[in-house]
Formats: sequence, C-alpha cells, structure tokens
Amino acid sequence: MRLPLLTSVVFAALLSACAQNDRPQTASGEGSAKAKPASYSRDPFPSTYRVYPGVVTAITGATIFDGDGRRIDNGTVVLADGVIRAVGGADTPIPEGASRIDGTGKWVTPGVIDVHSHLGDYPSPSVEAHQDGNEATGPVRAEVWAEHSIWPQDPGFTRALANGGVTSMHILPGSANLFGGRGTTVKNVPGRTMQQMKFPGAPYSLKMACGENPKRVYGSRNQMPASRMANVAVMRQTWARAAEYKRKWDAYEKNGGEAPARDLQMDTLRGVLAGEILVQNHCYRADEMANIIDMSKEFGYHVSAFHHAVESYKIADLLKANGICSAMWADWYGFKMEAYDGIHENIPLVHNAGACAIVHSDDPNGIQRLNQEAAKALAYGRKAGIQISDEVAWTWLSSNAARAIGIYDKTGSLTQGKMADVVLWNGHPFSVYTRPERVWVDGALMYDANDPKRRGVTDFELGQPGEGDVK
Amino acid sequence: MGADQLPSLKGSGRGRVARQRLASGKAGTHYTRTALANTQSASEGIEPAPALNPPLDPLPPREGWSLPVARTLKALLLSASLLASPALAQTIAITGGTLALGDGSEPIQGGTVVVRDGRIVAAGANVAIPANAQRVDATGRWVTPGIVSGFSRVGIVEVDAVDSTNDISANDSPFSAAIDVVPAVNPRTTAIAISRSAGVTRAAVAPGTARSIFAGQGAVIDLGDDMEPITRARAFQFVEMGEDGASEAGGSRAALYVLFRNALREARDLSRYSGISGGAGAQRQARANDQRDLPLEEVPGDRMLGSGVQRGDDVLLTRFDAAALVPVLQGRQLLLVHVERASDIIQVLGLKREFPNLRLVLVGATEGWTIANRIRAAGVPVIANALNDLPASFEQLAATQSNVARLKHAGVPVSLGQINNEEGHQLQWSAQYAGNLVALGKLPGAAGLTWGEALQTITSAPAEALGMGAEIGSLKTGRRADVVIWDADPLENGSTPVMVLIDGVQQPLENRQTKLRNRYMRSTEGDLPKAYQR
Repeated sequence: MRLPLLTSVVFAALLSACAQNDRPQTASGEGSAKAKPASYSRDPFPSTYRVYPGVVTAITGATIFDGDGRRIDNGTVVLADGVIRAVGGADTPIPEGASRIDGTGKWVTPGVIDVHSHLGDYPSPSVEAHQDGNEATGPVRAEVWAEHSIWPQDPGFTRALANGGVTSMHILPGSANLFGGRGTTVKNVPGRTMQQMKFPGAPYSLKMACGENPKRVYGSRNQMPASRMANVAVMRQTWARAAEYKRKWDAYEKNGGEAPARDLQMDTLRGVLAGEILVQNHCYRADEMANIIDMSKEFGYHVSAFHHAVESYKIADLLKANGICSAMWADWYGFKMEAYDGIHENIPLVHNAGACAIVHSDDPNGIQRLNQEAAKALAYGRKAGIQISDEVAWTWLSSNAARAIGIYDKTGSLTQGKMADVVLWNGHPFSVYTRPERVWVDGALMYDANDPKRRGVTDFELGQPGEGDVK
Repeated sequence: MGADQLPSLKGSGRGRVARQRLASGKAGTHYTRTALANTQSASEGIEPAPALNPPLDPLPPREGWSLPVARTLKALLLSASLLASPALAQTIAITGGTLALGDGSEPIQGGTVVVRDGRIVAAGANVAIPANAQRVDATGRWVTPGIVSGFSRVGIVEVDAVDSTNDISANDSPFSAAIDVVPAVNPRTTAIAISRSAGVTRAAVAPGTARSIFAGQGAVIDLGDDMEPITRARAFQFVEMGEDGASEAGGSRAALYVLFRNALREARDLSRYSGISGGAGAQRQARANDQRDLPLEEVPGDRMLGSGVQRGDDVLLTRFDAAALVPVLQGRQLLLVHVERASDIIQVLGLKREFPNLRLVLVGATEGWTIANRIRAAGVPVIANALNDLPASFEQLAATQSNVARLKHAGVPVSLGQINNEEGHQLQWSAQYAGNLVALGKLPGAAGLTWGEALQTITSAPAEALGMGAEIGSLKTGRRADVVIWDADPLENGSTPVMVLIDGVQQPLENRQTKLRNRYMRSTEGDLPKAYQR
C-alpha cells in the first residue's frame, strides 16, 4: 500500500508546482517573448474518450421519437461513422452493406440524458469510503470538481445503460454546499479512467444549492449559513468576490502585467460569469427560486436549470420568462419540508406554461426508469387536461436535457450529423412493459439484450455472486 | 433515495422523545367509515368516475367531494353519530370491467364483483347480481383488489426530515421489542390519502430499529378516510438481522446472533415464570376483535406483563421487551426479519431448528434467488423490494431485478414491499414495480412474472405473508371489500383509480396534491392572490 501513497504525494507536489507556474496551456512551442500574458488551462483534465468501432446500421419500420418533439411512423434511422447519417420515413435510402434491423413494433429514440446523476461520486456499494459527492467542509467549495470523485467502476453506470437507455449523464457534486463544485458530463461508456468517459467538448457546470441542505449542514455546526437569509448573503458575498477576481484576470489577460493570485474557487465562478460554465442550481421552493433569479441578474449570470424544482409549477411563468429549465422528478414528495408541496403534475404544468421541462433522477435506481418517470408525469398531466403528445414529452429526456447541460449541438436528438446515441426499445418506451433492446453510443453497440457479450460488467462485480447476470 | 438526502437526514431522532406530544384526538370522537360521494369532478379535467350512487347514503344531500374539508368532516361526524355502522347494509355490483382477482390468475373480461356488508360476496365471470344491488358500470375499466403493501412506514411519518413528525424509530427509547406502532399511526398523514388515490388500501407498517436489533411490533392498517386505521395491531415483530442488525448488536453478525438468542431465552424464561400460555386464548381474542388480537392483551389490563415475576440477574432486556417476544417465541406472532445476504438468510432459516415455533417472514432477501430452494424448503415467505439490482451494500452483491420471479418460480411465496425505499411516502410505486416484473419476462436471461402473478405480489401474496390472506388481498368470497376500479391497466405507468372501496365504503381520492394542482393549473394569479383560490 505504500506505492499509491507515494504516488499521491508526488502528484500533490506536481500540482502545486503547476499552480505556482501558471503555465499557459499553449506555451510549449509558441516561444515568442511577445506572447499574450500567461493564463491558466481551462481544460487540465481533458477528455480521452474514444468512439468504439461500430458498423453502418439501419433500423427500419420503427416508430421514431426524434427527441425534438417529432414522431415518424414506419421510420428509418441510419447510423454510420459514429453519427446519425439519416432519419426519415420508409423511403429513406439505406447504404449498401448496412446491417439492417427490423424495428417493426419497436420504438427508436435518442439515448436518454440524465442531467442530475451521482453515479461515480456516490457509487455502489454506498459504503463510507465511497461517499465522495459532498465536500461538506465549507459552504463555498467551488474549487472541487465532481469528476475527481468519479469512480468509473460504479456498477450503476451499467444499469443505467441496460435498463434505462441512458447514454449521457451529468455528474454533479451534492447539495451540502451553497457552491458545491463543478459538474461534468460523461458518456455512458465504461472507462478505466474518468477522462475516458468524459464527454468531449461538453461544458462544465457549477452546482449550487439553496434551501435546507446548506443551512442545516452548517447551521448544525453553528456556522454560517444557518438560515435561508444567510444562504443568500454568503452566495452574494461570494459572487461579489468573483466579480472582482474576474475583473483582475480579464484585465491581466488583456493587458498583461503582474499575474493576479490564482484561486481555484474563483476560477470556477469566473467561468460562470464569463458564460463558459453553466449553473445547475438545486432548489425546491418557488420563492427561493425567485430569489436566486434576482441574484443571478444582480451579478450577471444565468441559471441553466433548477434541479429538483419541486415547486416549479407555482412559478412556471417566471421560469419561462427567464429561460430557465426545471429538472424534476415525476412524483417525489414529502421526504423533507421543502419537498412537501410536490405534485404529480409538476412536469406537465411547467411544460404547458411554455417553460423548459426535464426529467432527472438524482438516484441510481431512478436513472434506470426515466422513461417511466416521464410516462407517469405525462399521464397525470393528461388527466388534468394538459394534452401533450408522447413525442413531445420525449424532449424532457433528450433535447431539453441536452440544452440544459450544453451538449445539444452534439447529441440529444436524432438529427443528421449528431452523435449516434440511440435506443431501440422493445415496445412503446412509455410502457412499464418495455425495456431497451439495444443501445448505441456514438454508433457503437454498447448494449444488446439478446447478446450477453454486449453487457458491461464492472471490475467490482467480477468474481462476485451474480457476475454477468441480467440485472 | 437520491444523494439529496444527506446522511444526517436519516435516523436523526435524537431529542424527539423529550418533546411533548399533543393528544391526537383520541378522546371520544370515533368516525365510522362512511360512504362519500363521487370524489372527482369533471372540472379537474379528469373523466368522472362511473356513475355511482353512493353505496349507502347516510350523508344528507350529496354535495360531492369538492366541498370544503371542514364541512365534510362535520357531515361525517353527524352521520357517524346517527348511524353506528352505516357501511354494513349495502349491496354493490361492479360489472363490465376487466376483472383481476389478485390470486395470481389472469384477468377476465366483463367480470362482476358483488359486495355486501363490506365484504366480497362473489367475483368472477358468471356471478349472479342480486336484485337489490346498486350497480357500478366498469366497462372499459379494470377492477382489482386494493393494493397491499407488504412492508411500509406509511402513516407514522409526515415529513421524513422533520423529526417531530417522524415516528419511525426512537433513538433514545429504553425499549425495543415492546414498541407498538399502533399509537403512532395517524390516518390523516398526507401520504395515506395520496397512496389511497393510487389504489393502495392496506399496508404493513413497521417501526424502525434504533438501538436494538428489535424494532418493535408492526401493524396492518387500512388507508381509509376515517380515524380507525388499524386492521391488525401487533401483527408482527420486526427485527434487523443483516448489516444494520450487526451494527445495532454492537458491531458484528456474531454478536447479533448471541443477542437474538439471549432475547428469546429471556422471553422463554419470563413466559415460564409467569405461566403465559399461547394458543386458544389468543385465537378467541382474535375472533372477538381484530384490533385486539394479540397475546399481550391476554392478560387483562396489564400489558406490563409479569411485573410481579422474578427474573434472573443477568437479563439484558427490559421486562416489557422480553414479554413482547413471548408471542414470537411461541409462534403466535409473525417475526419479520430484514436480511439480504444469502449466508444471512441461511442463518435466519436455521433459527427454526433452535426455536421451532418461530413463524418467519424474510424481508428484503435481495440474494434470495441464489438459495431459492432452501427458502422454499423452509416454507418461509419473502417480502422483497421489486427492483433492487445494484450492489448497494456488500450484503446485496447478487442483486438483480429477477430476484422476485426466480423466487416465485422456485416455489417461494413472494410479495413486494418497500424496504428502505421511500417506505413512508411512495406506496404509489407498488403497481409500477409489479409492472416492471412483467417486463422482465421479455428480457432474455431475466425472469419475469405473468401479469396475474405480478398483481398477486401486491395483493394476496403480501396479505398471506402477513397472515391475513383470509381477510384482505383478493376478491375471493368473504374477503373485506377493498376494491379498486382503474382507468386503465393498473400496472401501467400513470394508471389511476377512478374509485376505491375500503371495507365496501367508497373513498375520497382528493388530497393535498390534487388541491395544489387545481390551485396552480395556471401559475399566475387572477383577481385575487393564490391564497384565495380553492
């Protein structure tokens, strides 16, 4: 056990050396004395994700929900070179030599995207040694990155793929802190390292939290914040610092001079103020969301999505006006005071008001049934008189989710040229009786219900009872 | 539960015991279950329930369920005071629906259910309809027994993270096995009304452990809209005998088994000294009164059983806790054992050799499928989580959604409950979970259930596991008339009841959630603030 320990010490030394030098990412090879002032890397842990080989595949005769709200009956989808080559009706040309799949009686959708997952940072088994999602040592911990807690061997990833058809997910820090740290988007393809799973080109997010959790965690230690008003005060004070930090660094990067002191917390917040990092804000109550919206305007940033958002239905108009998505459960309620007013129709009511609705999980079991969660919400909405078609409801699982985490230009709909992240379902995907039959990620077949060899088994589960079982 | 529930939210009952409790309206007022008018109105956008006259009509003019709560309750009180037992005089025939009995059989088209005096008279394809029956046309709808949750904590917690409303476990109590969940059950818990609206009519309610492996005695309750929720008090003792139990026993499974054996030894000694006998007395009592059917009541007026009896010097249990384990030892009270790991299950089954009268029910049994034949041979039923498929702990390494069907196919009586899975609030997931077990049948390598078997796991199977199969859980003749009429296939996502009968009495389907929904169908205010909109 000495070696890993030594290694980590060496790493720490290297890291601190890097931080002191503030070497620009592009410094090597550009050696001009007149180069722009050295900045810091925005991507020090770059994705090493590689697309696995796939074959040209044509699914025919299926019902297609394209993820943008359109439906094609008796449709054809062609996957080639890792991307969607074509989507259309029965007359869609099929390339010579394509592997054909008869989708008659089956459905094709974009892969499900979960914008709120803790797979990897709260992995199974959920033993104490695996509790890596909350750095609950201070309410402002914007310097921590969820990706550094992701354990790629979390068996939950394989379940989300096989049972949930989840092809991308956003891994967030927890909600103990007002500023919980950065979230990272991954593709649901097993890797030896986090970097191998990391979604290429996806922006980081900043996880923020309002409400009960931060004030309980710190209030119970007689620290600030111990109240909702202190939640907001600490957040505003921090944003004020971030604005100052941004001014200094912006000026330095433009004009040169002496480099300002580096602060990893502030790097993240500067990224938000610069529009490079998206804010994912845990918030339940309608009135608190309104406070957060005002604060975001005060400091000039935009909330991409409120997460959990149990009371979004009460302020759907406000959310629409401010262009903020709500990532919601179908029917969770009552487990804490700020979840007391949860209702079945939250998702359809938000949608019906013209605001952006997303179904999320925050749960290693729920992520396996996001299609069913959408189905329940849709059914309750219809009974309340809100008519939403199945294909439009699928946007809650695909395009809306992709937009909220900044990857809609790459995936989240069956659109020519986008990543071939595709699920073939063995029935209507809103039915409880339906399961994924095949799942492709970037055109590579990563799950096939009929082929035990296309079923991931994590290192953790090798040699354990139930290894390789249908889970 | 997701990561949003920080660890500190769970089991944080400290300081609750000292807090003063208010009397919970036990004084005097007794509601009798009373028929209510149709519970959903077209204005809610929901197709009205099938035309139905109230199964009985003690309420003066029918005003619908949309009238303010205060007036409704007043009307209920009035009617209750006028009629001692208004539910017991009505014959109802539900006809034309897709009928499933809950006994494992597949549904039939156009079946009929006849209900009289709060009980099932007959259900099936060719059932004679009494001339005086009030008819309910369920054509195009589905008819099933009410859902029974085999394991829950509904009714004893309002908000999990609000300690003052959370009566699941008592970290600072000196008692364990003696704890009886009954006084904690509040039929006005919002989760009861919400679960009822999802077709759940009965539930096992178990206390949670705190400082002992024994949680105390659980009850079977109904989810009716009245103040008499208890179907069977002290229906079972609940004990943790896996990872949690080992922790509560001091830190190891080995210590857990010593503690368990010692506890039953102390119970045995106490029963010998005090001359407690089992059997006939308890059964008579059970027939006399469903709510007072278990052994501690045998000693009239003295639940502090054997207080005059001398005990040894080396006892660990309080006298009251030891007394509570006497009926477990004697096999007059079920012992529900939460256990997940295969080797732990084997150890628990082995206890029958030492304590032959134990009536065991396994709760959880995530790895049960790996030793299904042993469980079947022991004749012990299992109440399982439907869809556990993660190695959430080292005692669940072999978790798979196929567990339930594999147990079933091996001949183990298996039913569903919610074990450490939103068990206070989300009984509404029962039907969806059962539906998922049907889906597995189409998945190569997995094991699934037929539709009828899946419904059975949330109706008659849990009822039988809880020793109440003759009373609840199916539409067989003589069972309590817990009947649900659904708008569609009840196991399908988003299907909901249009009518729920409990003991033959039509139940309201409105709740806090439906009222919030109605208020916020449009999020913006009208001429007055939202607070004025009801």
